[in-house]
Amino acid sequence: MFTRTRRPPLHDSAATAHHAAHDNPALLHHFAEESQQRNAASLGMWVFLAQEVMFFGGLFCAYLIYRLKYFGDFGAASQTLDIKLGATNTIVLIGSSLTVVFAVWAAKNGRRSMLLINLVLTLILGCAFLGIKAVEYRSKFVEHHVPDLGFHMDEPTHIPGHPDIPVNQRHAEMFFSLYFIMTGLHALHMIIGIGLFLWLLIMAWKGRYTPQYNTPVEIGGLYWHFVDLVWIYLFPLLYLIDRHP
Amino acid sequence: MSTPAAIVPAVEREDYLNKEYGVWSWLLTVDHKRIALLYLASVTFFFFIGGIFALLVRLELLTPAGDLMQADTYNKAFTMHGMVMVFFFLIPVVPAVLGNFLIPLMIGAKDLAFPRINLLSWYLYIFGGSLMVHCMLTGGVDTGWTFYTPFSTAFTNTKIIEAGLAAFMAGFSSILTGLNFIVTIHRMRAPGMTWSRLPLFVWAHYATSIIQILGTPVIAITILLVAAERLFHLGVFDPKLGGDPLLFQHLFWFYSHPAVYIMILPSMGVISELIACFSRKRIFGYNFVALSSIGIAVIGFIVWAHHMFVAGISLYAALIFSALTYLVGVPSAIKTFNWTATMYKGSIRYDAPMLYAFGFLGLFIVGGLTGLFLAALGIDVHVTDTYFVVAHFHYIMVGGTLMAYLGGIHFWWPKITGRLYPEGWARLAALIVFVGFNLTFFPQFILGYVGMPRRYYQYPPEFQVLNILSTAGATILGLGYLLPMIYLTWSMRYGKPAPDNPWHAAGLEWTVQSPPTTFNFPQEPVVTWEAYNYDEIDDVHPHEEAPVAR
Repeated sequence: MFTRTRRPPLHDSAATAHHAAHDNPALLHHFAEESQQRNAASLGMWVFLAQEVMFFGGLFCAYLIYRLKYFGDFGAASQTLDIKLGATNTIVLIGSSLTVVFAVWAAKNGRRSMLLINLVLTLILGCAFLGIKAVEYRSKFVEHHVPDLGFHMDEPTHIPGHPDIPVNQRHAEMFFSLYFIMTGLHALHMIIGIGLFLWLLIMAWKGRYTPQYNTPVEIGGLYWHFVDLVWIYLFPLLYLIDRHP
Repeated sequence: MSTPAAIVPAVEREDYLNKEYGVWSWLLTVDHKRIALLYLASVTFFFFIGGIFALLVRLELLTPAGDLMQADTYNKAFTMHGMVMVFFFLIPVVPAVLGNFLIPLMIGAKDLAFPRINLLSWYLYIFGGSLMVHCMLTGGVDTGWTFYTPFSTAFTNTKIIEAGLAAFMAGFSSILTGLNFIVTIHRMRAPGMTWSRLPLFVWAHYATSIIQILGTPVIAITILLVAAERLFHLGVFDPKLGGDPLLFQHLFWFYSHPAVYIMILPSMGVISELIACFSRKRIFGYNFVALSSIGIAVIGFIVWAHHMFVAGISLYAALIFSALTYLVGVPSAIKTFNWTATMYKGSIRYDAPMLYAFGFLGLFIVGGLTGLFLAALGIDVHVTDTYFVVAHFHYIMVGGTLMAYLGGIHFWWPKITGRLYPEGWARLAALIVFVGFNLTFFPQFILGYVGMPRRYYQYPPEFQVLNILSTAGATILGLGYLLPMIYLTWSMRYGKPAPDNPWHAAGLEWTVQSPPTTFNFPQEPVVTWEAYNYDEIDDVHPHEEAPVAR
């Protein structure tokens, strides 16, 4: 049994008669059939994600330009990031994408308990990611690596592989500016994703999703995968390029 | 309320306007037609505000001395004029008003794909607009609408953050409108409404939506970076912090040049509808006009650096961007030639919407050709940051977008309101706008060419005659814009009731009643004809008897 939570549309008499034929209450008034509604929602999310690609794209472009311009200084600053925590977070996020895939499969096949378990797992992994990120942010504060708050980077003192060239503090500070903007924006998307999945969990708990109607799980999953994918690019760009053991 | 049938002869038909009354029936509506009217009221409000700033600028420039305002005030006046007009009028005006109202009607849908996102986009626009008004009232911004760094992030002490946030919200409103249009055009077309049967208005909006989706997020992130640099001194664009101001200009124009096509493409869609209807002919070269919209959208993304020829980009980059800029003239020219060819041997009627379309053609040709002057590296270096540039983009943005918008508003006014507008007044207004516009902006081409820079509040006395002409023109233009505001508002109450299809025009929107019902179509329409089938329509209605009020 699925009921709609949306505000009832303003019916006029002709449309009501027309829609009496629909027996699916999750079908909105202006769609002719379920497949049309599902395809519209899915395309809508894809278009939204295209927008997100360009949103992050501007930022990635700025980062890459400075990464090339101040290659050595950015490389030195990137040495201070904790690669173990970063790698753990990458694995955590990939794991969460796996549970999202299981959740979507479960929703499509009417496996309610499997859906609930995987939504909860996704939420746990998402929160774990944010927790680890918070630990990393904290150590940056402790080490005075936050721009404009008494920034100074003591180690490394020289550009990796060039013991004769000292690190330019200003450029290292720029690295951390971009680091905080990029990871911060990503974390914001994670928080929104967690909110979204909490809502999916409540609706799944109420039994709203069936093999016939599970579009929200599917497009919520698309969003989650996208945010995951952003991190998959952030990790090598920030942590791995020109990394020296 | 029941009235004896003998006194009221006909029962009033139910439509989207009289279905519900009250403030909340408007503020919580999800009907695309009501949301279009919400936008109509709000963009008109912002046009009025932007217009006041324009008049202040023109008044200051009446005399060579800086006598009406001080330099700082003048900087704020032209900045607020630009920001309000670009972000809160020109970008939303045609898509959010005419597009919102017409796209579902034209493709045979009951509504846009996401009605509540549509309403959300209006609220985002209103919140952004309120923030912009707040910013104006508490001191304004003096950077010019372009927010150039490092002035905007490190030097000016005006309301950059507020104005940036306002533009950011207007941007997301625009993104959501574009998203809605793309999904609607893909998924909501009636049976038989194939891509090759879509009205060119819909094609133009599809191309516009692509730009809105792919361009606007870049300015959004750029504004965030400006805010981060200004608030937290995170170095991105400020050279003192190691940043590069040129990167800001690249990111800014990556959106803001395509934004010009967000402004002009929907207007080109309007013009295609007007010219076909008032020439009683199918648009010449339908496929080329449709695909040239997509062509403009695509090429428009790779010409941005022509705004930066004197900013210190490499000569080779400048050469390439110059060549690409010439290329964008090709699809624009295809449209213009095809409109002209459509009129050839057509039975042309000179109703007010067509007068605006003629005005559009003339002004767009002048604006477009001077765009080619600016694409040429040598001339661009000579006229950069002069009134030549000002005149050029006003010919496109005001002469193009606004003429088409006014033409479109007149054309679809009977459908939107169910009332006819006074035709005589409308023709007079079209004439006044055309004359006033040219008087305002043509002298600016000459001023710019002989060396008057933009954004200065004083100038040498030898420029005064042309400046007086320009200010006089602006006054006439202002009158020309006030007239439609007055008689269109008047006609909402006192105009003659409109028939369903006063122009005998082609298109699904004219097959439903005026004004339409909430769900547009009594039954889902099935389309079996091409767009602009004026030959078939005129076989049924010999066109001389079109019932428009004189």
